[in-house]
Amino acid sequence: MTKRSRFSGLAIALGLACAAISPTAAAAKKLSIITATTDMAALTQEVGGDRVNVESIAKGYQDPHFVEAKPSFLLKLRNADLLVMVGLQLEIGWLPPLITQSGNPRIQVGAPGYLDASQFAEILEVPQGQVTRAMGDVHPLGNPHYWLDPDNGRRIARGIANKLAEMDAGDAAYFQQRFKDFDQRLTAAEQKWDAEMKPYRGRKVVTYHRSFPNFANHYGLDVIDYVEPRPGIPPGIDRTDETRELQSRLGGALFRSEDSPVHRAGDRRTGSRLSSLGGRGKRGGRLL
Amino acid sequence: MKYSRWLPIFLLFFAVPVFSQRGDAPQAASGQPDTAALLQKIRDLEDRVIALEGQVRQLKTEPPPAQPTTSAPASAFTAQAGTPGVLGGAGGSAAKALNPDISVIGDFISVAGHNSLQPSPSLEMHESEVGLQAIIDPYARGDFFLSFGEEGVNLEEGYITLTALPAGFVAKVGKMRSAFGKVNTLHNHVLPWVDRPLVTNNLVGGEDGLDDAGVSIQRILPAPKGIFLEATGQLFRGDSGDKDHPLFRASTTSDVSAVAHLRGYKDITESTNLDLGLSYARGHNNLGTDFLTQLYGVDATLRWKPLRRSIYHSFVGRGELIWSQRQQLPSEQRAFGFYTSGDYQLGRRWFVGGRYDRAGRSEFANLTDQGASAVLTYWPSEFSQIRGQYRFTRYAGNVDANEFLMQLLFSLGAHGAHPF
Repeated sequence: MTKRSRFSGLAIALGLACAAISPTAAAAKKLSIITATTDMAALTQEVGGDRVNVESIAKGYQDPHFVEAKPSFLLKLRNADLLVMVGLQLEIGWLPPLITQSGNPRIQVGAPGYLDASQFAEILEVPQGQVTRAMGDVHPLGNPHYWLDPDNGRRIARGIANKLAEMDAGDAAYFQQRFKDFDQRLTAAEQKWDAEMKPYRGRKVVTYHRSFPNFANHYGLDVIDYVEPRPGIPPGIDRTDETRELQSRLGGALFRSEDSPVHRAGDRRTGSRLSSLGGRGKRGGRLL
Repeated sequence: MKYSRWLPIFLLFFAVPVFSQRGDAPQAASGQPDTAALLQKIRDLEDRVIALEGQVRQLKTEPPPAQPTTSAPASAFTAQAGTPGVLGGAGGSAAKALNPDISVIGDFISVAGHNSLQPSPSLEMHESEVGLQAIIDPYARGDFFLSFGEEGVNLEEGYITLTALPAGFVAKVGKMRSAFGKVNTLHNHVLPWVDRPLVTNNLVGGEDGLDDAGVSIQRILPAPKGIFLEATGQLFRGDSGDKDHPLFRASTTSDVSAVAHLRGYKDITESTNLDLGLSYARGHNNLGTDFLTQLYGVDATLRWKPLRRSIYHSFVGRGELIWSQRQQLPSEQRAFGFYTSGDYQLGRRWFVGGRYDRAGRSEFANLTDQGASAVLTYWPSEFSQIRGQYRFTRYAGNVDANEFLMQLLFSLGAHGAHPF
């Protein structure tokens, strides 16, 4: 083999390598988005489509109040273009130190890559007047469990779509189109959900934590009590008894709750119906 | 008259349904689209009100936007924060919104038992720590921790963290607990025990530890996927340790001390992770400029916390090994100490733990103290904690101490971050 042909072989190999690399270079242009919870990740994925990489810090089956600020999350945050959080102090126990230590100026509080999704949503249970911890772990800015109302889901998705359009102006039309599509699918799904939930309108429910005000509001459920005596304070044995008594008086209230051994016990003893809304979803499944 | 008075009312009653029927008639034809349009309009209005409410909330909680300056880096922020800028005379509550987050943590300790060598007061308001924390501007945040003890006030930490440095660097300037090992970085109220281990007292400057004024710079280093590697370098004035346990002393301005720390972390599974650290510290000791003290440390922490049941069960096992090399007359002293401890969370509010520690003394390396503790902790809520600790200590020369420590921690004000 002559020297020349060896060189041309090398040139071809290099050319092929470049061709192989160029799609990855295009892919690197994708916005890298980290969200605090999987709910936000799902909504971001809906509007972001294949132009974004979305990853959530908390897992869907994890209590978003008590995520640990693991250093491995810093590896994700340091390269993020956008951080989407639930806000209203839901993540106050773990997100602020992660943001500070990330060494990433783009996602610092107030920077363009810092997005508090609560600004788009209807917020309930904003405490009026004096707020004290005697009320338990209250969120002074309002109840952070707002995403379970489909209307809020739509509003959050629209807010995120606008943000993405702002950050990546070239794909603005794409994100708006994705939002429009999501909006239509959500509206169709809502008709189905409304029909499914109609029989339960006005049904009295007891929830474990104050997690469902927006959901209950949307579907006309009547939340009469909580298993937790105060937000964030676990119920004692007497409290479980109290709730049980309340239930038997009501004659089998729908006992909606997060996953907890306390409720299972309550459920067994009262014969009321337990519905769990937490941690049953398939990972990576489509939202609608 | 009676009739004439009632007549208009009767007429009105009859008239209303008639008129309303007439009004309905033309609508019936095109009623469907009209109501749909109206509903849509109401929904749009509702959305706008909610969007406005959201903006008001943002204004109330977020720090002030960057001042519109001509400098290039600020322009990105001002462009986004255009609307908040117009909030001119919002007055009282808006001004308060810019106050730092204030927290106070009370640490009350009572001790029963006998300790002839290092007696503790029977009842003591050990520390009241005031924390003031806020974002300073788009480029930095500030943290102050003032520790009010029984004898006076001490600035435990007070530093600015520069969060917007290029190339992923994070810098701190001020007084801070240095990054030597694990326990040294922790404030009293986040320790898994009432006290600090013997090795801290004997080799790392006691309760105050390596806590000094200086600068710190840290950066995440490139590492194989899934491994977190971070290096920290710190330069301090050279004064550390409390008065009973002096560590570094700066006799001249050039007697600075330095600390280096390398941290490696890996998630083994989603619930288990391993955290390893290597530390080095060097400074001049209380004998003068010509006498150096060097510390070498290795720390390891294994954590287990199943995510689904993370608020009910967890385990943390930790240990630290520390070697001290102190130049003094007549000869250099090389002392070694370590502790190892484990904490298991039994339920949402209960934790049980134990610790074994053993440490030589920095000035007399052949004198070794050892001890063991059993700890039980109860959390009434996230904002208070009751802890009992039984502590056995065998000091060098076979002096034994059996003590029972009770601690009550309570936290006021802003919700701080949970330590990791």
